[in-house]
Amino acid sequence: MDTKKYVIRQISIFSENRPGRLAAIAHALGEEKINILAFSIAEANGFGVVRALVDHPEKAHDKLLSMGFNIAFTDVIAVRMKDQPGGLYEVAKILGDSGINIEYSYAYSGKEGAVLILRVDLVEDAIKKIQNSGATLLERSVFH
Amino acid sequence: MFWDKKIETLKTDDLQALQLKRLKKTIAQAQKVGFFKKRLSDAGITASSIKTLDDIRKIPFTKKQDLREGYPFGFFAVPLKEIVRIHTTSGTTGKPTVVGYTKKDLDVWADLIARNMTMIGVGKEDIFQNMVNYGMFTGGLGFHYGAEKIGMTVIPGSTGNTKRQIEMIRDFGVTTIHCTPSYAMHLSEVAEEMGESLDSLKTGIFGAEPWSESVRHTLEKRLGVTAYDSYGLSELFGPGVAFECREREGLHIWHDSYLVEIIDPNTGERVSDGERGELVVTPLVKEAMPLLRYRTGDVTMLMEDGCLCKRAKKITRITGRCDDMLVIRGINVFPSQIEHVLLKIPEVGNQFMVYIDRINHLDEMTVEVEINRAFFSGELTDLARIQKKVGKELRDALELRTTVRLVEPGSLPRFEGKAKRVIDRREEI
Repeated sequence: MDTKKYVIRQISIFSENRPGRLAAIAHALGEEKINILAFSIAEANGFGVVRALVDHPEKAHDKLLSMGFNIAFTDVIAVRMKDQPGGLYEVAKILGDSGINIEYSYAYSGKEGAVLILRVDLVEDAIKKIQNSGATLLERSVFH
Repeated sequence: MFWDKKIETLKTDDLQALQLKRLKKTIAQAQKVGFFKKRLSDAGITASSIKTLDDIRKIPFTKKQDLREGYPFGFFAVPLKEIVRIHTTSGTTGKPTVVGYTKKDLDVWADLIARNMTMIGVGKEDIFQNMVNYGMFTGGLGFHYGAEKIGMTVIPGSTGNTKRQIEMIRDFGVTTIHCTPSYAMHLSEVAEEMGESLDSLKTGIFGAEPWSESVRHTLEKRLGVTAYDSYGLSELFGPGVAFECREREGLHIWHDSYLVEIIDPNTGERVSDGERGELVVTPLVKEAMPLLRYRTGDVTMLMEDGCLCKRAKKITRITGRCDDMLVIRGINVFPSQIEHVLLKIPEVGNQFMVYIDRINHLDEMTVEVEINRAFFSGELTDLARIQKKVGKELRDALELRTTVRLVEPGSLPRFEGKAKRVIDRREEI
C-alpha cells in the first residue's frame, strides 16, 4: 500500500509567548496568498509552537524563514471523523488498540465533515491500521 | 567586649611593625606558589626588598582571573596533605575558585569570627541559628566554628524550609541569627504569616550581599533585632574579614590580618582616606593560600574618623562592585560564567540576556537564550527538553536556580561595544 500519499506536511513555527507573534505569522501568510486550512497553538513555559496545515507549505516555509522565524516541517495524518457523538472515540480506539501513541492532535470542521489531524509516533503503522479499519484518511492532495 | 583586646587595639606603630613582619612572611610563603614566584621574580622582588609597608606597591595586583589558571590546587603553598578543608566560590568562567585551609588557617579564621561576634556582644549565653549554606559556601562552616569557639549554642540551620527555621527559633529560644539580608526579610514575612513574633531574637548578623540602612531599619523593626553588617570573601578565608561594632558606623577590618589598600580601579593608584575606591587586600595570616594585593572588586573607602570602641580604622559599608559580578541570593555570579555554560550547549545560541528580579524578597534570575535554528524539530517536547537542559547546566555551574526563557533566533540584542546583558530590576535593599 502506498502510505506516502497520506503523509501531510504540517508547518511548525517556534514562537515566543508574547503579543503580536501570531499576527506577524498570519499577516505574512496572507501577503503570500497562502491559505491556512487547519491550525493550532501549543503552549509551554513561555514559548509555543504554532502548527498549521497550509495549501503551500514550501512557500510558507520560505517566507517565514526569510522573516527570521524558526520553522520546521512535521509529518501528520488527517482522518475523517463522523461529525456526531462517538466520532472521535472510533478513531482514537483504532490507534489505542494498535499501541500507537498520539503525540498531539487537533481538529477542524471542514466542508465535508469533521477532520482530525494527528501527530503519531508510528506514522506508517497508523496509516495502515486506520485504512484497515475502514476509516477514511485524507490524501495529501486535499491540502496541498 | 573584646576577644583579643591586645591585638584589636594595637597602637599604630606596633600594628605597622606587626604588619611588616607578617607581610614579609606572607611574601616568603607566596614564593612557594609557582604563579607568585614568577610574578615576583619578573618584578625583581624578594622578601628582603620589602623594607616598609609602602614597598608593597612594587608588587603587582592579583586578580580573580589569575586564580583560574591555578585550578584546582595551583595556588596552594603547602602540600595537599597539609590542607584539611576545601571550599569553592564562583570563578569568572567554567571552573570555580578553589580555596584551601591548613589546620592553622581554620583556627585563625575561627578566631577572627570569634572577635567579630564578641565585638557585638554575643557569647556563651546566646543561642545562635546559622541560616546560610553549609556546603561549599564559606558562610556556613565559617560562622559555625567561630560561634562554637566563643561558646555559643550553635544550631546549623543551613538554608531552606523557612517554617522549620522559624519553629526552631521559637522552640529553642534563639537569640542570634546569621543569614543574608534578603532571606531575613523573607523570614520576617513568613513569621508574620505564621503569627510568630520571635520574641527571643536580639541580634541579627547579615552579610553575603550589599544592603542599605533602610533595610536595616525594617529588619530591626520586623525581627526585633539589632542588625550588624558582616563582610568577607572566600579568597580571604570567608566571612569575618570586616564587621560592624556596636557603633554601627562602618566596619572594622582586622588590620593585623589583612593589609588594606584602596585604589582607583582604573589607574591602580592609591586613593586617600575618605575617598572611594576598590578594596585591595593582602591577607597576612594565610598559610595554605597566600595572596598578594588581591583585588576584591568591592567598592568602599577607609574612614578618617576613629571609633569609640578603640579598634583601628574602619571601612564604610560596601556600596557596589567595580566589575560586573552579581550577587544573587548571596551567591556571586559573573555573566561570563553564564556565557561559558551556553557555549557548551549547541541547541542554543551564544547571545543571552539576564534579568534579575526580587520576588517576595528573594532574588530570581531569568536567562533568555535563543533557540538554535538547526535544533528546532518542530516539536514542543524537544523545546521543553532543551529548556530543561539549559536550566540544569546553569544550575550545576552557578549553584543557582534559574528560569530559562527560550526566544526566537535573532531576537536578542547584539552589542557592538560593551555588552549590556544584565538587567537588574531589583530595588535597593
